[in-house]
Amino acid sequence: MSEDFNDNKTIQAQSSETISGGGSGITPDMDYVRPAEVGEQDLYHGHSFITKWIFCQDAKVIGVQYFLLATFTGIIGLILSWLMRLQLGFPGLAPFMTAEHYYQFVTMHGMIMVVYFLTALFLGGFGNYLIPLMVGARDMVFPYLNMVSFWSFFVAVGVLLASFFVPGGPTGSGWTLYPPQAILEGTPGSGYGIMLMCISLILFVAGFTMGGLNYLITVLQARTRGMTLMRMPLTVWGIFTATVLAMLAFPALLVGALMMSLDNVLGTSFFMPTILKAGEVLEYGGGSPILFQHLFWFFGHPEVYIVALPAFGIISDLISVHARKNIFGYRMMVWAIVGIGALSFFVWAHHMYVSGMNPWFGFFFATTTLIIAVPTAMKVYNWILTLWRGNIRLNTVMLWCLGFIVTFVNGGITGIFLGNVSVDVPLSDTYFVIAHFHMVMGIAPLMVIMGAVYHWFPLVAGRFLDEKLGKWHFWLTFLGAYSIYFPMHYLGFIGVPRRYFEMYDSPYVTSAVGMNEFISLAAFIVGAAQFILIYNIVKTLKTGKPAGHNPWQACSLEWLTPTVPPEHGNWGDRLPTVHRWAYDYSVPGAKEDFITQTTPPSEVAHTKVEKT
Amino acid sequence: MSDLKIEGYEFKPGFKGMAKDTGSDQTMFKGVHWGKAMMWIFLLSDTFIFSCFLISYMKGRGSTIIDWPNPSEVFGLHVFGVDVPLLLIAIMTFVLITSSGTMALAVKYGYEKNKKMCGWLILATAIGGLTFVGMQAFEWSKLIHEGVRPWENPFGAPQFGSFFFMITGFHGTHVSIGVIFLFIYAYKTFAGHYDEGKRGWFTSMKGDYVEIEILGLYWHFVDLVWVFIFAFFYLW
Repeated sequence: MSEDFNDNKTIQAQSSETISGGGSGITPDMDYVRPAEVGEQDLYHGHSFITKWIFCQDAKVIGVQYFLLATFTGIIGLILSWLMRLQLGFPGLAPFMTAEHYYQFVTMHGMIMVVYFLTALFLGGFGNYLIPLMVGARDMVFPYLNMVSFWSFFVAVGVLLASFFVPGGPTGSGWTLYPPQAILEGTPGSGYGIMLMCISLILFVAGFTMGGLNYLITVLQARTRGMTLMRMPLTVWGIFTATVLAMLAFPALLVGALMMSLDNVLGTSFFMPTILKAGEVLEYGGGSPILFQHLFWFFGHPEVYIVALPAFGIISDLISVHARKNIFGYRMMVWAIVGIGALSFFVWAHHMYVSGMNPWFGFFFATTTLIIAVPTAMKVYNWILTLWRGNIRLNTVMLWCLGFIVTFVNGGITGIFLGNVSVDVPLSDTYFVIAHFHMVMGIAPLMVIMGAVYHWFPLVAGRFLDEKLGKWHFWLTFLGAYSIYFPMHYLGFIGVPRRYFEMYDSPYVTSAVGMNEFISLAAFIVGAAQFILIYNIVKTLKTGKPAGHNPWQACSLEWLTPTVPPEHGNWGDRLPTVHRWAYDYSVPGAKEDFITQTTPPSEVAHTKVEKT
Repeated sequence: MSDLKIEGYEFKPGFKGMAKDTGSDQTMFKGVHWGKAMMWIFLLSDTFIFSCFLISYMKGRGSTIIDWPNPSEVFGLHVFGVDVPLLLIAIMTFVLITSSGTMALAVKYGYEKNKKMCGWLILATAIGGLTFVGMQAFEWSKLIHEGVRPWENPFGAPQFGSFFFMITGFHGTHVSIGVIFLFIYAYKTFAGHYDEGKRGWFTSMKGDYVEIEILGLYWHFVDLVWVFIFAFFYLW
């Protein structure tokens, strides 16, 4: 293949420009990095068990706390999905499954997975653990605030789960919580359930704001010497941009949740139109339900990218490390992340094509929605081009990466269908939509999380996860997820509506029953397969193969701490000094196939490194 | 920023300077305290909260079927036998904006390490804020007395009561939180915590006069938001 491309010439031309000190040998000041602008960070070192492990101010511990709590909540979400699939595949098999319970499980599954699992895990978990290490800081800039952030999240989860135990149970209005039905009698959990949901969301937003401020200021103002924005690993770029989105999108959710609580508790009519119920006019009147939808989706659509952008960033790093190649088009990757982030604020009403809003809005939002495909496709091409002719290590991490690309492309393409008004209207509220968003923002980010766990576990715990179990985990999840969601596209095409407790004697029964049974069986297997990871972690925590320093031969800073796992303060006596980007893999002329970010130029003077 | 010197870094003026700072290592906003940068970004987020409130208000007011009450009548005061529209609000706004002035002076004296002046000015700001909240409580009780509730309104659309109590309540909460912090900071200034760099009660971080500026940013923001609420609620 390679002889087809006579590209030596272009490479030569490029490298003569990008070569750093090549040919001219070592000059005296080529390793110069200007002195530190800010003094050493003042850190609070915990001494007791409580200050070290519970109310801890170390971002790494907070990251792990976020990870564990989000995973715990995620497992609850998983169990709820099992119960839903049980009902859909085998109606009537479980006697406790009433229609009310079904709606409650649907609602809680959705909210838990999107907000309390994925968002908390990517930003709270990976963000806290990786940002300070990757930018070369000793900790987050406001460690105390960071601790409060986690405990607010803890209380938010507590309030959310408490709604299972109040009279009426949790809210059953669907995860979008649309009024007026969310607070009207007849919807499960219309009293306490929806109130606790709103309170929990408000607490989550407050806690997240504290964490988000930390991530942003750490990236902007606390980088180590030599670490420019354009030398940061894409993981940091992804989490950073997602945090910006969250800081601007969560306010809309906060306001929506607050107004809904007032409608519910005080009887205001922000979202409540005049309603006739059993011949009687309710006391509500004059409000606008569409207003809630706008507020909700002004949060809800950026939320998709709050989950997706960290995944994009992390996957870029994983692919680069395990393909032993620099990421293709680093700058374009950065601009694509920023561009997707900016565009995500102008597309929210594509969730509302059937809400009855002005059709011209649909035209506008379809256009902006489809424009997002451009930067997204750019990223997919760049991942593939990073893999192309790379020195691929086909380990578990790489498998998850490849699984992500396939799943993401799949979900993205169905997104193009649904972005068009004329296609969306008939497909709206069918299983096609379920299949689309589970592929693109459920399974795809999950693949990244799994890849990231296998990748960074050696850093956090100092030991490798078991590869054999990992491969079992991957293949069961990957093939299983396809068995679940691929048939759902077909269910959508034949018109099976989402959020229906049972099909009864509808014409769908004949063609959908077998498929629903199959999907349910696959869902049980995929869900169970996730416990392989937990078993793997428990097993290898004590007995796994010791990882040692920089086990993947990576370039980025988090692997270059003096101790593994890193201690509080991360860097021992001296902060690292950065001389290059995080992607100098397989550099021509270098002794090894990676050059760490801290390697001074004089040590690699005769190699063809990129100038960054 | 002209007197700021950073070893090994040359500042450039204008847009080029901004691009250079952004592309440089360590910090993007040169010489800006972490806490100050944090407050700016927090205020940006808070701006979105208030924007959502005000846009919802505009939507609610625009789409209601019952007429919106006339604000200059509802908010009017009857003093010395004459009806004066918006009298209370004018005083409230004046007090709050004056307190912004004293806050700005407090920041100036803080950086000059003039502990006494700084402390008194913070205290004056706190009292201004407290007066504002007090007058707001008076206005609330007056409206409640006249029968306005979050869920009903004898003068017109019930949404008037809903939005009024919610938005001014949310803003009043901001002012009240600010007042609490102003009192704490006044105490800390008089006690000399910022001169000695005494560690904070919760965060255990060393005290510094920059904290007063950070609180000042918050206070000015709360005032600015009031100007918008004033314009949208009372003048529209």
